[in-house]
Amino acid sequence: MQQKIYIRSSENISPQKTFGVESLPSEVVEYVGDRLKCIEPDYNKLIDPKLIRRMSRIIKMGVAAATVCLQKAGIDTPGAIITGTAYGCLEDTEVFLKKMIENREEMLTPTAFIQSTHNTVGAQIALMLKCHQYNNTFVHKGFSFESALLDAILLLEENKMTNVLAGGVDEITDTSHAILTRLGLYKQEQISNRHLLSSGSKGTTAGEGAIFFTLTNQVSENNEAQLNSIQTFYKPGNVSEIEKQIQSFLKENAVDMSRIDLIITGMNGDIKGDEIYNQLNNSLLKNKSQIQYKHLCGEYPTAAAFALWLAGRIIKHQTIPEWFEKNNAHQQPINRVLIYNHYKGTHHSLFLLSAC
Amino acid sequence: MSAPVLVAGVGVISAIGNNVAESLDALESGRAGMGDMHWLDSIHRNRIPVAEVNLSNDQLSSLTGLDSTITRTALLSMVAAREAIEDAGLINIPRLRTGFISANTVGGMDKSEDFFGDFLPDHAKGKLRDIIHHECGSPTELVADQLGIRDYITTISTACSSSANAIFFGARLIRHNMLDAVIAGGADALTRFTLNGFNTLMILDNEYCKPFDENRKGLNLGEGAGYVVLVSEQVAARLKKKTYCTLSGFSNANDAYHQTASSPEGTGSFLAMKGALAESGLQPADIDYINLHGTGTQNNDISEGTAIRILFDPDYPKMSSTKSFTGHTLGASGGIEAVFSVLALEHGIIYPNLRLLTPMKELPFVPETKFLKNLKLKHVLSNSFGFGGNCTSLIFSKY
Repeated sequence: MQQKIYIRSSENISPQKTFGVESLPSEVVEYVGDRLKCIEPDYNKLIDPKLIRRMSRIIKMGVAAATVCLQKAGIDTPGAIITGTAYGCLEDTEVFLKKMIENREEMLTPTAFIQSTHNTVGAQIALMLKCHQYNNTFVHKGFSFESALLDAILLLEENKMTNVLAGGVDEITDTSHAILTRLGLYKQEQISNRHLLSSGSKGTTAGEGAIFFTLTNQVSENNEAQLNSIQTFYKPGNVSEIEKQIQSFLKENAVDMSRIDLIITGMNGDIKGDEIYNQLNNSLLKNKSQIQYKHLCGEYPTAAAFALWLAGRIIKHQTIPEWFEKNNAHQQPINRVLIYNHYKGTHHSLFLLSAC
Repeated sequence: MSAPVLVAGVGVISAIGNNVAESLDALESGRAGMGDMHWLDSIHRNRIPVAEVNLSNDQLSSLTGLDSTITRTALLSMVAAREAIEDAGLINIPRLRTGFISANTVGGMDKSEDFFGDFLPDHAKGKLRDIIHHECGSPTELVADQLGIRDYITTISTACSSSANAIFFGARLIRHNMLDAVIAGGADALTRFTLNGFNTLMILDNEYCKPFDENRKGLNLGEGAGYVVLVSEQVAARLKKKTYCTLSGFSNANDAYHQTASSPEGTGSFLAMKGALAESGLQPADIDYINLHGTGTQNNDISEGTAIRILFDPDYPKMSSTKSFTGHTLGASGGIEAVFSVLALEHGIIYPNLRLLTPMKELPFVPETKFLKNLKLKHVLSNSFGFGGNCTSLIFSKY
């Protein structure tokens, strides 16, 4: 990166009590089963009640997280609004699809169709803010959030603006959960999310979230952390290729692994997918202080946004809550955090953050 | 940062042709692609005209080597993306960092609809192979895998401006020296979902659409795919063939007026066009041709027309909407029209705006209604505007 990019503020609606907290939640919310549902805020305080009525759950979550994120940064109108969502607005899509099939393409109303397009969350944020600036939506599975973040970084590097709102939003609905269950994504046994990562069985637990960040190229004592770099790689052939990707990522950023104080990985409790992390823990990541996050938010394509939120907050507040199980004792101060996440073994991403 | 990004190849498939040559022939002879529904199975058959690609999924499958049971969007995407790559001669250049940036609006919805018919009454039913490619990222990956592209892939969905934004993003990845070559554009197949959605909005014309006509009644939906191959100057020097032009300007703005309607004064369209001009360092008078978004709806055409009047008055370039040929191909339209814009520059041609009989009385200009050739065009502007206020303009320039 040619210039420094910072996380100025962040806001997170997740299955944990993350929304509205200054630092990190004080406890883990426990769930038993294969689905972690977002804890939603009281929208009446955040969005015009006239608008709330028409909005589906994902739109409300996205708009609320974005609104509060901007408020925290003291920004009225961001230089750009960029959203990452793999699934888009599932609820509205299903409503329209269901009616269309049941009514045999007759007597349909447009509302659900209008709100089913993938850019609805980004568009609604722009509409509320009357923001005419750059507006984009990335919809590429486990790269959706990462692509949105890359776009944001490039815009800031192009010096066309000083701040960008970027985030990842995805919802689970009863229908999508039923379908993804049939596709074998989730655990068959009833398990607490506290024990998800040590389950030693196939499958993970479903998750969702609406997480937004304001990124800026301006120095401020309020910045949470510096976002040094992000990188994605697609369908690596084997673990040694993943190791090479991580090494070259660190090299490009002129950081040695010994200088990384904390690693956050995307372990999700699926014995097959976690094998990659386990192998890395015996090689490249051996003896590194490490925490996991998907037992908190569940597995979903834009879940890496949760890891980025976590990393930023940990760096800013220099604290890792007691309730995190740590592989190895962590260094203090926590100046550099590396995130490595993969989604279904196909979409891999790396994030490097440092203290401002 | 402002190193030129060149267009090295183009590929297109739509109702007017399965490749560039067939499309050019149709554009010159004024042959539109609308007609009765042939492939799409809907109760609106014979009531609402559409612009379908003239090939079955089986035919597309044998053309592409992809499975005939996957989403038609991927099949269409593969045809145009491969034509673009072959046109550029990219295959023979080793060790390029190559990206595939695609766009669509409803992913594998054509198959999801089939799945849901069985799934709704019984959640244990429905063929899983019909739902696994529902996500928008799926068609992109099916095609990227078939093309062997791994360095960077992503998908954009901003309604009807999706593929213009894919081209825009691809160009920036080259400028930032993250990639050497990018195949960028988009694809969308007709689905019952979109057909019925637009029908509930009452913006479908039950005759062939008449963009920018006073008596226009709405749009016709179409399907297809369009891609450009973008390369850096260094890569261009290694290609056997001369590149077509540069992508000299691009801009993205939001109308922030309404989820589906455009503002009367066309704020988003105006800002997108103005931003693209600024990026390319051009004045409005430098533009020789505008490939209009021109859907044929009451709302779009007056909004886009007003923005053009504010920006270009009194010197209007030639303009036309090629949606009068291809119908509105949604997530593919920005890619298809980018290809047409590049070809207009390359061959010095301007396409007619079909079925324009009565010019809009609010506007002081009239789009071109005849095929023009032997022109010297230097700069062509392509507009793509969508639901959610997402407006994007691209400028292609002789190099």
